[in-house]
Amino acid sequence: MVEQIENMLASYKGEKGGLIPMLQKVQQRLGYLSPEAVSQIAKLLNISESEIFGVASFYAQFRFTPSGEHSVKVCLGTACHVRGGVRILETVERELNIVPGGTTQDYKFSLERVACFGCCALAPVMVIDKEVYGRMAPAKAKQILAEY
Amino acid sequence: MDTITLNIDGQEVKARRGMTVLEAAKEVGIYIPTLCYHPSLSPFGACRLCVVEIEKMRGFPTACTTPAAEGMVVHTNTPQLQNLRRNILELLLSEHPHQCLICDRKEHCGPFDICLRHVAVAERCVICPKNGRCELQQVAEWIGIKELTLPYTYKDLPVKRDGPFFDVDYNLCILCGRCVRVCQEVRGVGAIAFTYRGSQAMIGTAFDRPLLEAGCQSCGACVDVCPTGALMERANKWEGLPERQVVTTCPYCGVGCQLKLEIKNGNIIGVTPDLDGPANRGQACAKGRFGIVEFVHHPQRLTSPLIRRDGEFTEASWEEVLELVAGELAKYQGNQFGLISSAKCTNEENYVMQKFGRAVMGTNNIDHCARLCHAPTVAGLATSFGSGAMTNSIREIGDAACILAIGTNTTSAHPVIGLEIIRAVRNGAKLIVANPREVELCRFADIFLRHRPGTNVPLLMGMMRVIVDEGLLDSSFIEQRCENFAAFKDSLSNFDLDFVEKITGTPGELVAEAARMYATYKPATLLYAMGITQHSHGTDNVMATANLAMLTGNIGKPSSGVNPLRGQNNVQGACDMGALPNVYPGYQSVATPAIREKFEAAWGSSLSSIPGLTLTEIFDAAYEGKIKALYIVGENPILSDPNAKHVEEALKRLDFLVVQDIFLSETAQLAHVVLPAVTFAEKDGTFTNTERRVQRVRQAIEPIGDSQPDWQIVCQVAKRLDANGFDFEHPAEIMEEIARLTPSYGGISYERLENGGKIWPCPDREHPGTPILHVGTFARGKGKFIPLEYKPSAELPDEEYPLILTTERSLFQFHTGTMTRKVKGLNILRREELVEMNPQDAQRLGIADGDQVRVLSRRGEVLAKARVTEVSPCGVILMTFHFAENPTNVLTNPALDPVSKIPELKVCAVRVEKLPA
Repeated sequence: MVEQIENMLASYKGEKGGLIPMLQKVQQRLGYLSPEAVSQIAKLLNISESEIFGVASFYAQFRFTPSGEHSVKVCLGTACHVRGGVRILETVERELNIVPGGTTQDYKFSLERVACFGCCALAPVMVIDKEVYGRMAPAKAKQILAEY
Repeated sequence: MDTITLNIDGQEVKARRGMTVLEAAKEVGIYIPTLCYHPSLSPFGACRLCVVEIEKMRGFPTACTTPAAEGMVVHTNTPQLQNLRRNILELLLSEHPHQCLICDRKEHCGPFDICLRHVAVAERCVICPKNGRCELQQVAEWIGIKELTLPYTYKDLPVKRDGPFFDVDYNLCILCGRCVRVCQEVRGVGAIAFTYRGSQAMIGTAFDRPLLEAGCQSCGACVDVCPTGALMERANKWEGLPERQVVTTCPYCGVGCQLKLEIKNGNIIGVTPDLDGPANRGQACAKGRFGIVEFVHHPQRLTSPLIRRDGEFTEASWEEVLELVAGELAKYQGNQFGLISSAKCTNEENYVMQKFGRAVMGTNNIDHCARLCHAPTVAGLATSFGSGAMTNSIREIGDAACILAIGTNTTSAHPVIGLEIIRAVRNGAKLIVANPREVELCRFADIFLRHRPGTNVPLLMGMMRVIVDEGLLDSSFIEQRCENFAAFKDSLSNFDLDFVEKITGTPGELVAEAARMYATYKPATLLYAMGITQHSHGTDNVMATANLAMLTGNIGKPSSGVNPLRGQNNVQGACDMGALPNVYPGYQSVATPAIREKFEAAWGSSLSSIPGLTLTEIFDAAYEGKIKALYIVGENPILSDPNAKHVEEALKRLDFLVVQDIFLSETAQLAHVVLPAVTFAEKDGTFTNTERRVQRVRQAIEPIGDSQPDWQIVCQVAKRLDANGFDFEHPAEIMEEIARLTPSYGGISYERLENGGKIWPCPDREHPGTPILHVGTFARGKGKFIPLEYKPSAELPDEEYPLILTTERSLFQFHTGTMTRKVKGLNILRREELVEMNPQDAQRLGIADGDQVRVLSRRGEVLAKARVTEVSPCGVILMTFHFAENPTNVLTNPALDPVSKIPELKVCAVRVEKLPA
């Protein structure tokens, strides 16, 4: 794994401003930023792990725990919010027993809240992996989760 | 200097170009409130409290980030600004307990009063440990905030106590970022950073790990810059404000950090580094910052003289013990007597001791631990340049264009000089690290030369060969300032890169690259420490560094030179004061009749013209019964000297051994008489740091128990031997005598040492001191190139002892641990001896990290725990010598350098065995 990260990041070595692209690349490959990856990046760029963690934790796009098999995204954009997106999110939180950004203990689901998928006509919307589920209701959301 | 004039609040202000508006205002005493600004840090502009109005400038610029410019008109205190500041402060206070800050009864409140307003205990300023020195308090007072219109949140976070020395209470954090910046910018560590964002933003570590796991070195720099009570030293958290502060010099390494001792009720309650310290400028390391109070006030301090009666120590009065010592010593006058002085003692004390040895006891058998560290420097640099000390000052290192750090683990052994190297690298300097071990400095290095232990000469000669072959040498400098170049150049012919690569194990191309770098980026400075000196060819190593500096003209100029980093707080001074067997104070030879006559006249006594025995020779002579009485002051040779068993036996054979120390050290336990001395905090005097700066040591507290300053004890013994010239009332009088007899200290007096000390040579009362040596001409006239050849270490690995043992120091322990091992927190950071070895060696021997191992050499064996790490190269193991229960120096080789008599502490052959579990 260390070698894998090393190969992946070799082209960025010593380059200024390379940190965020590196983090993105790692996350793309591993699904999250592992402590080993952060340690590797720290060595390559000669900055401390804490500094890297500081940058990464500033952005919502980076996560520090492995993501689940399925990614559940609940929309809280304006249209979804108006049509009860919060209740959908709460239902999913209760059902999976995790908060947004978290992953279930069996690594089956991870949950995120997003702000608009661009299909407001279907509000409220929940997206699992690449499947879009529109006109959600709490009971429907439960049922859909159960199908996975 | 480039000055500019600007107008601040109607006042004409002269400022240096490059200053910010804030600094210009501060200079003339105009107060602008700040929270994120700190003089040690670069401008940040985060707290926004220093907003000002500048005519012809839009908006409200922050004074801390705006450079002062010619003709600027600045207003710092308009109603509009005050209103803005009040709003900004309100935002800060909405997340910081503030009920006391805005309470109009705060003057009437004490810590134990019941709050009429029902403010929670944890949120009251009067019981905050920072009360009275909190910058937020000062700012709120100045701005005069009376109420808060914003909703208030108490974060209710648990106080973190994961480090050994300080508590972290982020409920009081205002996110000024000073701690983050000092850790990253100044210390080069970056253990903490801003993490998360928005209302979740907090100072934190990677993956919210405990501080020590995030690389925290416990230097305390963050605690020193924290404006609030968020970061507080645990030991004195609830002591309140000190009654007074005494600025003095740190007693640990040779950097000479200026520290402020905080005194309350006659005790030291805390230590903070002094921002005005010329060498440290507000920085210190874990030892100096947190490791002083505990050892000074330790219950094991010697408080009464001890006399051995029937094998047991019994307490005695000073009267009795002085009478006994004088009576015994009278029997051994002449060369049966030896005196081991101390690099931990002040200049005045070393002067008095060598005077005692020479004028009263009639022998030159005087030496101290410099023999084990920088004797080759004194000998080698004196041969090449004419003076054996750092050629340039510490502050200049940060401005160098290239730094070659060879044989020095600077960030561990001289942490605050390490900061100068980091500063230089941040300024764009090139750094070459040459070390067998991948020391921490390598993180900042452009080139890391990993040569084998004991191969410094071929490495440096190889570099010089490249410089000469490629014409990168400074011919005009060599022609005008140096001699013996032709002979030296001939000696280079043996060192082609193939040979160098074979001997040193460093790729030839890398050596060539380093040579080019050192020769082309100017000024280049060369730093070295024990890795150069502690070899049986230590003097050759030193002369090789001198050759390299002369070859490239890097000497006698700012930020250049050859800079030996000295290990003890006053090892430079102890040498300067003549605590050496062959010279009087100021390196005036005992063998020169005119000089001897000068000292005979001054001291009113006839002196021996024969140079005395060196430290290692004194122990040999004691072993053989030639030396019968020994007076050891503040040293612990049983742990610090090579072949320790031999030293112990030698001490046991003495007829009379006096040990004068602050603790009953391993050596003191063998003494016939033990005299209790005081620590640096209980006496006046001076230390000379590694850059030759003579700095004051000031008495902060009364002597503990019946202990006395070393100079006073020695003077009393001398007087009882009917000697004249020991009637000193105060160390200042001793310094006057030193100045009279020592040309390089001629202009030193206590009055002149206020405000930063003086760097010798300082020959007269008008002289400002000499930070840079050899400007224009070398101390000896012309710099002398010395031809060199490769000499292998005295003991190389073989079949029976296949590994090389080298020794090092830990950041958290000092020398034989007499002081640092009394400090609980430092023992948490570094608890025990570790045998560091490469994973390949470990695997071959079937050793895992944490296993107990036995290390054997031809002289003895030591048990310790293994630490498997790639920091150690293959075939080399490393130990420190801080721990009495694993006395590393039982193993080391006493083979001596023929010139300087330094033993080869850095290389010996050993075997490692795994102990059955």
